[in-house]
Amino acid sequence: MYRIAVLGDYDSIYGFATLGLDTFPVTEPVEAAKKLHQLAGGEYAVIYITECLAAQIEHEIAKLREQVLPAVILIPGVSGNTGKGIESVRKSVEQAVGSDILFSNN
Amino acid sequence: MASTQVTPTRMELTKQKKKLVTATRGHKLLKDKRDELMRQFLEMVRENMALREKVEAGIKSANKNFVIAKAGMSEEILRVALMAPKQEVYLETSTKNVMSVDIPVFEYKTRTADTNDIYSYGFAFTSSDLDDAVKSLADILPDMLLLAEREKACQLMASEIEKTRRRVNALEHVIIPQAQSNIKYITMKLDENERSTQIRLMKVKDMMLEEKHHYKEKQQQRQAQA
Repeated sequence: MYRIAVLGDYDSIYGFATLGLDTFPVTEPVEAAKKLHQLAGGEYAVIYITECLAAQIEHEIAKLREQVLPAVILIPGVSGNTGKGIESVRKSVEQAVGSDILFSNN
Repeated sequence: MASTQVTPTRMELTKQKKKLVTATRGHKLLKDKRDELMRQFLEMVRENMALREKVEAGIKSANKNFVIAKAGMSEEILRVALMAPKQEVYLETSTKNVMSVDIPVFEYKTRTADTNDIYSYGFAFTSSDLDDAVKSLADILPDMLLLAEREKACQLMASEIEKTRRRVNALEHVIIPQAQSNIKYITMKLDENERSTQIRLMKVKDMMLEEKHHYKEKQQQRQAQA
């Protein structure tokens, strides 16, 4: 039985708590990296993380890319969409195909 | 050239031939695998992109709702209202095998079946905006989970495709040409050895006949007489 975690600044994520997801308000990159590491080794299958925070701990997230669990998914925070989430999809395409063939037109 | 490292023997030749057959077969299989993976990946990544756009739009509007809700009531009341969630979400995960890539499948369960359990507060002290905000977030949760599933699948498949592509290229451009040139080198060398053995035998035969019948001396005598 796995659970779902949400990582980010408090204002972006407090709503998810009502849905029954576990929220972990963090803003410091060092602390976030530690938390992510801790959550990844535990009972969490999906970890949502705000784009702003993810941008600061890219290295840690890249490490989890190849593992089956957990899935680290970027979501836009309250401050707006930075396009980082779409960037990560694009990265997958580039890794697989060699160049960005799907979204290069927009 | 790498072919100088092999010993030109018949045993090595058989070994290299076997290697070539295996490599060719492996190359064909891996190429098929890559093509099929690519097809499925492109399908999935398109879906992933559409889902992501939908989820991002959903979260954006939910965030907007939350900001509005927050503006209408004090911070303390909001925090208290959301402090103790009633609902809990659990995930059942299993894996699905797509072209030898294990992709996760999530199935989510809520602690209580009642959809109204997302409101973890009494309605007396909170604004109706908060209800809307929570509802809008609850509505996109299934899509968010689907997105998590697809995005992870895409990431895993992308790395598998990369690996397979490397293998295909290595077989096509390194292993197979190397085996071919090794085979060529060994056959040439063996043929050469055979020819030189034959020549040596002919030479030996000549020498033996010379020793027995003294052809040269006889010829010289004939010439002297003439």
